[in-house]
Amino acid sequence: MRYALRRIVLFLLTLWAAVTINFLIPRLMPGSPAEAAVGKFAGRGPVSTSQVRAIEIMLGVPKGSLWSQYQAYLVNMAHFRFGISYTFFPQSVSSLIAQALPWTLGLVGIMTIVAFSVGTLLGVLVAWRRGRMTDTVGTVGFTLMSAFPYFWTALLLLFVCGFVLNWFPINGGYSAGQTPNLSVGFIGSAADHSVLPAITIVISSLGGWLLGMRNNMINTLAEDFIVFAEANGIRSRTIALRYAARNAILPNLTAFGMALGMVVGGSVLVEVVFGYPGVGSLLYTAVVNEDYPLMQALFLFITVSVLVANFVVDLFYGVLDPRVRT
Amino acid sequence: MRGAGTRPGGLGPGLAGQAGPPRGPRPPGGLLVLARAIRSLWGDGRARLGMLTILAFVLVAALAPVLAPYSPTNASFADSLGPSARHLLGTTGTGQDVLSQVLYGSRISLLVAMCAGTFATLIAVTVGLLAGYLRGVVEEVLGFATNVMLVIPGLPLMIVLATYVPGRGISVIILVIVLTGWAWGARVLRSQTASLRSRDFVLAAQLSGDRTWRIVFHEILPNMTSLVAASFFAAATAGVLAEAGLEFLGLGNPSTVSWGTMLYWAQNTSALLTGQWIQVFAPGLCIGLLAASLALVNFGVDSLSNPRLRER
Repeated sequence: MRYALRRIVLFLLTLWAAVTINFLIPRLMPGSPAEAAVGKFAGRGPVSTSQVRAIEIMLGVPKGSLWSQYQAYLVNMAHFRFGISYTFFPQSVSSLIAQALPWTLGLVGIMTIVAFSVGTLLGVLVAWRRGRMTDTVGTVGFTLMSAFPYFWTALLLLFVCGFVLNWFPINGGYSAGQTPNLSVGFIGSAADHSVLPAITIVISSLGGWLLGMRNNMINTLAEDFIVFAEANGIRSRTIALRYAARNAILPNLTAFGMALGMVVGGSVLVEVVFGYPGVGSLLYTAVVNEDYPLMQALFLFITVSVLVANFVVDLFYGVLDPRVRT
Repeated sequence: MRGAGTRPGGLGPGLAGQAGPPRGPRPPGGLLVLARAIRSLWGDGRARLGMLTILAFVLVAALAPVLAPYSPTNASFADSLGPSARHLLGTTGTGQDVLSQVLYGSRISLLVAMCAGTFATLIAVTVGLLAGYLRGVVEEVLGFATNVMLVIPGLPLMIVLATYVPGRGISVIILVIVLTGWAWGARVLRSQTASLRSRDFVLAAQLSGDRTWRIVFHEILPNMTSLVAASFFAAATAGVLAEAGLEFLGLGNPSTVSWGTMLYWAQNTSALLTGQWIQVFAPGLCIGLLAASLALVNFGVDSLSNPRLRER
């Protein structure tokens, strides 16, 4: 219980820090992002004063003390009042994010879990076959694979499997002419469109989990209790999976938090390449159009999602490893 | 006491010298230790492969004017030519020679790797060692800042920062990469410092009245040179990849010749759809090879600091 409480306090503190960084970034930058953003709306049509106010509160207003701005900002963030988007005028930023978020959570969330599981298992394998061909080929091969930029792997897959071989659709999240719903036809189309982005994310992130697990395994395999198990004549597969891997996976879970940010960043670029209708493509559109309200809100959302995922893993860690609970 | 100087196979102050302050006269000279460090890294097959690849890229970058058949900015050729004897990798959608651009592009990536690695490591060493050695408020605040920077997804943060900063250029990109890339190294160095601060040699230095900065940077730091080198290579690898990503999104200066901007132009002239796949393949392959070779060297550094990882 004390462990969970500590984690909750730490999570709230980190959340506060992230929200505050989001507040400070546009205010520390040269120029006035809020004025620039509001100015751009002039050519777009009438904007209600409350929307202008929401944008000013998020991006910084020249009037008012920093402290009062901060209070108004916190209130607005808690109510998801991010103003309206310039690019998708007159849609509100929060409705745009609500449309894009399920796509990214589905794709990146599921594929991260797949890559973590497969990578960890492969890490156990190469550590067990250490010094032999499997290990050398495995580590060098996966180091190479994870060294290539996500978006480059995406571009190549798009070219070979989509364009040349015509196996999969090359753009979007579902076929043109369909509207998102829960019918079999739509889900099938969405799955078809997700195959290449999903493969890209797994290929690019697998190596990190594998190498981390390999190093942890090698450290664990040198422990006395493994030697003792070997001396008892226990089968090596049992030792690898039930004795060593169970201990070695714990540091890999801690690394999950650091690596998750990398995966999320990489998938932003993957979404751009495939025109996938998720948060990453939306962020790209916002950046290209200098749509500051949309960009700032997306950054906050991406960061908070990663924080929440980390928090869940942390709590899970406490369940798995009784030692940290005391 | 001075682990790095005396421990066989230790990465010497030569590499750390990029990150640490100038050290006292007692340890062997920087060049000697650097040579020794390279020799022990050379024994690791993976690190050797990595160092040879990096050396090849450095040679290409230095000799680009000799090796490249044309100027990388010469746009006087026909657009979107396929590979031929005159243009081994074809030409771009705006009529430049692809091979020349790939060769010159290595300069930017190596520059980013060096700068991002060095400056991020400088911050990591300062923050990590102080947070690990000092107790109380400083420790808590620096440790908390490190953890926050670790969990905030790096690329979205870099994208947001680079969008606000007026002007587009490689210095902006390096600045953004450094600001977001120091936390991993700081965390590793911090926990190692925390485990060293109760050792006898630190106590001896404290009792003899050494000042804090001297204890931290002259007594503790030399024991962690391999970790400093590891955070340098990790930051350099991440920097190369981040630079490519940011430039691919159009957040760099599109008129500089780098692998990232080549990919940006390839994407914006729909090079893949017209079958000009080499324009995408070649720069991406180079980015990957450079990043991989930096990571391979790090394998060697890792197994120096953790003997259990060494090959049996």
